[in-house]
Formats: sequence, structure tokens, C-alpha cells
Amino acid sequence: MVALPAKIEDWFTAQGWQIHPHQRDMLDRAKDPATLLIAPTGGGKTMAGFLPTLAELSDAPPDGLHTLYISPLKALAADIKRNLRRPVEDIGLDIRIEDRTGDTTQTQRKRQRADPPHILLTTPESLALLLSYEDAPRMFKGVSRVVLDEIHALAESKRGDQLMLALSRLQALSPDLRRVGLSATVEYPQAIADFLAHHPAKPNILEADPGPDPNIAMLETDEPPPWAGGGGKYAIPAVLEQVRQHKTTLIFHNTRAQAEIFFHNLWLANDDRLPIGIHHGSLDRAQRAKVEQAMVDGHLKAIVCTGSLDLGIDWGDVDLVIQVGAPKNVKRLIQRIGRANHRYNAPSKALLVPANRFEIVECKAALDAAKAHQLDGDPRARGPRDVLCQHILIRAASGPFRADELYAEVTTAGPFRDLTRPEFDACLEFCATGGYALRAYDRYQRLVEQGGECRLRDPRLTQQIRMNIGTIIDTETLKVRLKNRRGGTPLGEVEEGFAATLTQGDTFLIGGQIVRYEGLNEMTVEVTRNAADKPKIATFMGTKFATSTQLSARILQIFQQDAWPDLPSHTAAWLALQRDRSRLPEPGRLLIESFPHDGRANTVVYGFAGRNAMQTLGLLLTNRMEEQGLNPLGFVSTDYAVLIWGLDKLTDPAPLFDRDGLREGLEKWLAGNAVMKRTFRNSAIIGGLIDRLTRGKRKTGRQATFSSDILYDTLRKYDPDHLMLQITREEALKGLIDFGRIEEMCERIGDRIDLVELDRVTPLAAPLFLEPGRVPIKGLAEERLLQDAAEALLNESGLNQIQPKQKRWAVPY
Amino acid sequence: MNIFDFEFAGAELQALGSGAVYWPDQELLVVSDLHLGKSERMARRSGQLLPPYEGIETLTRLDEAIAQTRPKRVICLGDSFDDLDAGRSLPEDQITWIARLMAGREWTWIEGNHDPGPLEFGGSHRAELILGPLTFRHIATQEGRAEVSGHYHPKAQLILRGRSLTRPCFLKDSTRLILPAFGTYTGGLHSSDAALSTLMAQDAKAILTGSTLCEMPMPR
Repeated sequence: MVALPAKIEDWFTAQGWQIHPHQRDMLDRAKDPATLLIAPTGGGKTMAGFLPTLAELSDAPPDGLHTLYISPLKALAADIKRNLRRPVEDIGLDIRIEDRTGDTTQTQRKRQRADPPHILLTTPESLALLLSYEDAPRMFKGVSRVVLDEIHALAESKRGDQLMLALSRLQALSPDLRRVGLSATVEYPQAIADFLAHHPAKPNILEADPGPDPNIAMLETDEPPPWAGGGGKYAIPAVLEQVRQHKTTLIFHNTRAQAEIFFHNLWLANDDRLPIGIHHGSLDRAQRAKVEQAMVDGHLKAIVCTGSLDLGIDWGDVDLVIQVGAPKNVKRLIQRIGRANHRYNAPSKALLVPANRFEIVECKAALDAAKAHQLDGDPRARGPRDVLCQHILIRAASGPFRADELYAEVTTAGPFRDLTRPEFDACLEFCATGGYALRAYDRYQRLVEQGGECRLRDPRLTQQIRMNIGTIIDTETLKVRLKNRRGGTPLGEVEEGFAATLTQGDTFLIGGQIVRYEGLNEMTVEVTRNAADKPKIATFMGTKFATSTQLSARILQIFQQDAWPDLPSHTAAWLALQRDRSRLPEPGRLLIESFPHDGRANTVVYGFAGRNAMQTLGLLLTNRMEEQGLNPLGFVSTDYAVLIWGLDKLTDPAPLFDRDGLREGLEKWLAGNAVMKRTFRNSAIIGGLIDRLTRGKRKTGRQATFSSDILYDTLRKYDPDHLMLQITREEALKGLIDFGRIEEMCERIGDRIDLVELDRVTPLAAPLFLEPGRVPIKGLAEERLLQDAAEALLNESGLNQIQPKQKRWAVPY
Repeated sequence: MNIFDFEFAGAELQALGSGAVYWPDQELLVVSDLHLGKSERMARRSGQLLPPYEGIETLTRLDEAIAQTRPKRVICLGDSFDDLDAGRSLPEDQITWIARLMAGREWTWIEGNHDPGPLEFGGSHRAELILGPLTFRHIATQEGRAEVSGHYHPKAQLILRGRSLTRPCFLKDSTRLILPAFGTYTGGLHSSDAALSTLMAQDAKAILTGSTLCEMPMPR
């Protein structure tokens, strides 16, 4: 254990602060090789992580790096620097604290490598970059502690896998390195501990007092939510009323587009001109910083935001969190709620706003789960091999290595603890030669073996490796600038695909403003201010989360109640009517409804597998229905059901759900799938097969660069077992395609399939007809579209340029 | 068969879905920008180890185009090899493959900006070639008349009911015909790029390649 020096203890007392029990525990455990601290938001987690460092460095600290602090956000590193410097300066400790992120200047970076501070605050990517330099052993030789903040968030993505590999390297450079992980409340602390561990050692797990239960409720509104769709526009008067009654409110949305629409509508109704801002990841950095500062200064009554505000930066005195749209995932809900009342031991206050009728049930399920302290956590998957490939290249950039030693090293990283030697060798082979079935590149291998050591063939390759470090792959976006005399105010970014659909005069929403598209200048979208009524909605990257397995199961449980006195009466009546007309879906069974509507045969499959898996299921089922001659025309899916319309009625559903058949269909369908191609591109960049496309490169035109889709098609044709395709398949199964949950559904329902044939639409199915995102099947292939468009264009004689006709999307049924 | 018939400077030509042009009267097949040896050159120059199958794929498609049209003459409009070294270090089986395709045909390699001319292969090597009313060269010229060229790798982007679609394409007006790149690992230049939109006349058309060829006003 490490004792807290009196001068530090005194400083705490002078601030009127008490050292929390878990902060003491961290001091007691300070000498242990690895400790995971689980504490609620506002529990002084970060200070708990740093107290042992301050104690150890309180008297005449020797030069050199002592503690490395890693956070998922650059902003968090800067924030912590401010917060740490205050006690250090007040107490007069001789400790140098610096941060290092993508924003740090070149001179500062060079100096940090030559003469590192005592405490370095950084991100996983910056750490990986530091480890790629030849002088990494010197810089990290004596580092004693590493503090991983928000480790639960890092553990959710490949950034975490990369970080743990970096730590395995760090531990090899400094064997006495002690690890500390700081996590918000999670369902399986053991899973995070395994992730953090230096295998096979087991870390301590310290769980802080979780504090009082949050005060969560559903927001009551005069108007019931609509039958379908998202956004929560109906609730705006009630939300404004809540904003008025509280000091500062955070209004969370699940997607950036929804945040934009809500913010726009909120301002249209904001007759009192309450100061309300918007914050999401696609807005320009300067714009975001402005909102953050206004928030810290207490100038804002509310912020409409997305996950970009999820992590623990202290934004001042938030006393209410509103979640618009069902939270989809209880863990995230609890973490968001923790943002209100950033004080330990005070209950946080939160309101849920269901966006549609079905989400009332979903919100109810989330409330029940939160009360029961049941978070959802899927056990963490094995570390993906594209990240390992990048790590091997980074290792090679820093100097020659022995394959045996590197294998031993990477298997001490939690996510790669059960990596087999053949798997490792395949990755190494890929890094060295490309790993193709066809022998090639004998003269141009990237890695060559010399005296039992692997080294880069050409030292100039280090630069390319460093340029490609990181696991976050941006979708291709274009900057948006407001055209004005001073060269244009940056507003943010939109997806390139969205920008391509714009013609001059189109209006869209960004950063809460309606702007008019004027044109594309170089790689920038130029816009002017415009006050149109019905702007288009810009699409932003970012995933739509699927409702978790736990929440889906809870919804099915709610359906089993005899009556629903705890739901709003309109919703209870709706469920009762469904039970009367048809039946309600049950756990362990699969309900399928079949009924005619508008002259077509409709089939509704209540699979409750989450939106990504239900979308995949829709594609697979319509494929199989096509084969059976049922002539499906299209489908639409939500988190809980898929609605398929077609010419012929489904009478025997069982063969459709044969698992082998589904899997076979998946393989076939995956071949030409756009999601697969995007997944491939991401893994190919991470694994080092292709370079990241930097803005500068895109500007020079595309004549020389070609789409990674071509590589995907070529590999599939000539080298179908190639490592990159194996990785792509693994990624797709858990990501947007989510076949894992279809298998889980098949397991859950077995052969218990109930087909209910009816003469008209059922109450539960009706909202599905209003859902956006309909997917047309065949007959509408690109070729047909193209022919139609070409014909129409040529008919308009005298037309010497293409006017992309914004025809209304019509589904041919 | 996936063919688009059109008239250019008095010649009756056929665009093929693969991006080649066939001239029945002359029994001539024209392809442009094969960029053979691309992956090898990338490995040599940048260390990127791309799937080394593009040569096989490009030659397979060229083989198909030849089987489909049975030409007496073939013109490769330049940038047939990604550079001179790429031409020299082509794998043995691809060299024999090319020799087999060339056998019994009058074969012309037009000089490109990437490859001054792969002398190892037979056939004739020229900076440009005039045949009937048409002139064949690698890069279109300002003053060119009845000129068939490649180089730009033109592609067209269309917005169709809210989604965008991009295809390699032929560009043509009354004086110029520009072929898309035939090679597998080749990117493209949007027809809307200044280099192409200033070169092509106002009434230029684009013929989009793919499983159904289709003609439309050139997207600008």
C-alpha cells in the first residue's frame, strides 16, 4: 500500500472534500500489478486512479515517465490535465503533467520523446504511434503505472484491442508496470478485468458504492406518441417545460440526424428563446468547442446531443437527463443518466421519451431493467486479427523482432489470450508477403527474415505504417462551409453519399441551421443560410444501435401480463386489441401473422432480434420466398419485426427458418453485399492492406486510386480463403449483419412457430406499414433504374446535362 | 449480346460491356489502359501488397472480348503496362497468355504515358495510328479530329432516386471518343472533372459500361 502524504490529505480537507472509501482502497492496492475500479459517474474515479501517482511522486520525483494515462477522448485528456494541475500547483508538487494527442504540436512531440514528463496523458492511437518509434524502449523503460480511463467504453471497440496490444508491448519494455482500469458500472466486471489483465495474472476488482438509485420515469405528454417513426417531435412542448423547470438539461438522441431534426423543431417552438445548443460528432470542432464552453460557463439551459457527450467530461451542473427514443441498451441508459447530478451520492434524475407507441413498451422494459440493476452486456468477442496485423507492423516499425517473442507477448493481452500460433503466423505472413495463395512479391516482401529476426525490407516503410495507425475508419465525408466574404465559416461534415444527392437549391439541416446547397468547391460543400420549411435530413455516419437481447426479452415478458395498468391507457388498449384480434408474441415461440392488405399478401415475423439482425432476416427470408415462388415485393424491418409484402400468401413457414438453409442463403447473399464491402475496406485499412485515404489524396482526383470494392471482388474470386476475407466475415457476423442474433433467435424458438392467418391488418402490425426504410426486392435492380433514367433523360431533348431528377421514391406494389 | 451500336466520324462502331470497342468493318478490337503489372509496381514503389490477381482478371476479360468478336486486328491504346519494369517482370504464364492472344493477329501497342512501349512483346509499336477515318492515340488532343483515345479512365456518376451509381464509361462527341480503362485495378476520373468537361463538346454523350450498356448525356 501507498500512504497518502499529509500535504495532499490537507489539500483535500482545505477544499472541503473527503477522500472516498474507494479512493483509499486504490491507495491500499497501489502496489498490486493490476486493479480494476468500478465506480458510478461522479464518484471521483479519475482522482482515485491518480492518487497513488501523486503520493509516489510527492517527494523529489526522479526524471522520466512515471504514469501514463489513456483516455478514449482527446478532450478528456485535456480536461484531466487541467484538473490535475490544480492540486499539483496548489500543493507545490514538482510534477510535470503534459498531454499528447493528434492536436499536439510537432516540437512539443519531439521534446516529449526526448524528455518525457512524469505524467503523460494520451489516447490509444497516440500511444501506438509512440511505440512505433525506435526510441520507444528508452522512453518507456521506467514507466511504473498506466491508468486506463473509461475502460468500459474502450473495451467496446477495436480501439480497446489495439490498446491492450500496446500495453503488452509496454509491459515488455517495463516489466514492473502496474495497470489500473477505471470503469463505469458494467454488468460483467470480470469481462473487463480479463480484458485489462496481463495474462495469465488476475487483476483485483474494486467496486465502489454505486450510490442511490436514479430517479427515472417516462415523460408524460398530453398527446400520445405517434404510431411509428422516431424523433419525438410530439413531446416538444413537454420537453420545453422540463427545460424551463431545471437548471441544465441534457437531451440525448440515438442518432445525429434525429438530434438535428429535434433541435430544429425545438427552436421553432421555443417562444421564450431559452438558450439551447446542439452537440454531435459531425459538427465542426470550433462549433462544438463553443457549445462546450457555453455549457461550462453556465450559459445554456439545455444541450441536444448524441453519444458524443457520453463520456465523462464534466460539463457543469446538469440536473436532468432526457433520453429521446427508446434507449436500446440499459447500460448506456444508466451511463447517460449518470451525467445528471455529477455529485457522488445524489440521485440522478432522468426522463425517457418514447418516440412511438411501441417504444412505450420498450421504455417500460428499460425502466424495469434499470430498477432491477440488470445491465446488458454481451461477453466480449476475441480480439480481431486486423488489429493484430497492424500491431505486428507497428512492432516492425520500431525495430527487428523475433516471432516467438512477439507471439508470447501478444498472448498476454486479454483480447488475444487464446490466439493460436497458426492464427498468429497467418497474420505475420500477411504482414510479410500479403499471404496470398498465389506466390507473389518475392522481391518486395514487407517483412524479411534475417538471422532469426523479422525486419522491414525497406526502412522507408515506417512512414507508411505510422500514417495508417489507428482503428477508427471515417466514412468519407465532406466539410460543409457557409459561403461568405471571409472565406466561409465551417459548419461540420456530411457523408459524401449524401452530398452526391444534392443539387443547387436543395436545403438541409446542419448544426440546427437550414442551409441551401450552392455547389461543391474542391472537396467542400458550399452553402448559404436559408429558411426553408422542409429541409432534407443530412445523413451522418454513426451506427444505429439494435435493441439489446435483454430488453427484447423483457418486452416479450411485458406482453405476457394479463393487463397493463402500468402502461398509458392508449398503449394498454392497443395491446389488448392485439390479443383479441390475433395474439401477442411469446418468449420461446415465433409468432408469424399472415393477412391480405391493399391487394397484397403480407407476412409479419415477430423475431425480436434487434434491427440489424431483423434487416438481415428480411433479406434472407425474401430470398427464400422468391425461390419458393411466393413473389415477395419488398420488406421493412424494425427492432422487433419484419413485414414482408408480396403476391402470394405464406402457408408453410417452417422450411423458411431451417437454420442450415438460412446460413447457406447468408453466404450467397454476402458475396455482393455493400455492407460486406464496407466491412472489408475497414479491415483492409486497419490490417495495412490499403492506405487510409487522406483528404489531400482525395483532392488530387481519383484517376490513380481505385475502389477497395475491386479488391474485395478479386479476392473473393481468386483467393476466397484469404485472411482479410476471413476477418471480414467474422466482423460482418457481429456488426451490421448480426447473424449471431438470428442464430440466437432460431435457438430460442426451436420449432415452435405459430402462423396466424387473418383477414386484415393486426394492431401490432399496423405501425409497420408506416415505417420508413422499405427495401424493394429484385425487379427494381439497378439495371432497370438505369434504363428508365437514361430513356427519360434522352427524351428531354436539348438537355445537355444531367439533371438528377429527384423522383419520389416509389415502391412498386 | 451486350453491345451498343453507334456511329463515330463515319465509322460504325460497337461498344462492349467490358469497356472495349469493336469496329466490324475493320475487324478491329480496341482496348485501353490495361495497366498490367499494377500490383507488382505498387509493391515495388509503396510496399502495398495488393491481391496479385488483377493481371489474370484483366487477361481473362480480354480473352473473352477476343473470343466474342474474333478480331483480325487489336489495338491497345496505351498504358498497357503499369510501367516498363512491370512489363518486364510479368509472370511467365501471363507472358505466354499475351503471346497466345497476339498469335495470328495484327497487334498494335500504342505508346502511353506509363509505358513508352513494351518491346519484349511482338506486334507493332506506335505513338499513334491512323486507320480509315480514325486516329488512335493515347491522350486526346485539343485539335484532334475523329480521334479515339484512352488515358483518362472516364467514369460517370448518376443520382437515381436518391442513390448514386458510378460506372466506367465511354465519352463521345462529334470529334472524340474516349475509352474507359480496361484494366482491373484502375480508378476513374469523373466525367464532371474539369479535364473532361472542357475537353468534350456540350452535346457529348456517355455510354455507361456494365451488364447493359446505356447511353445518356455526359454528366457534367
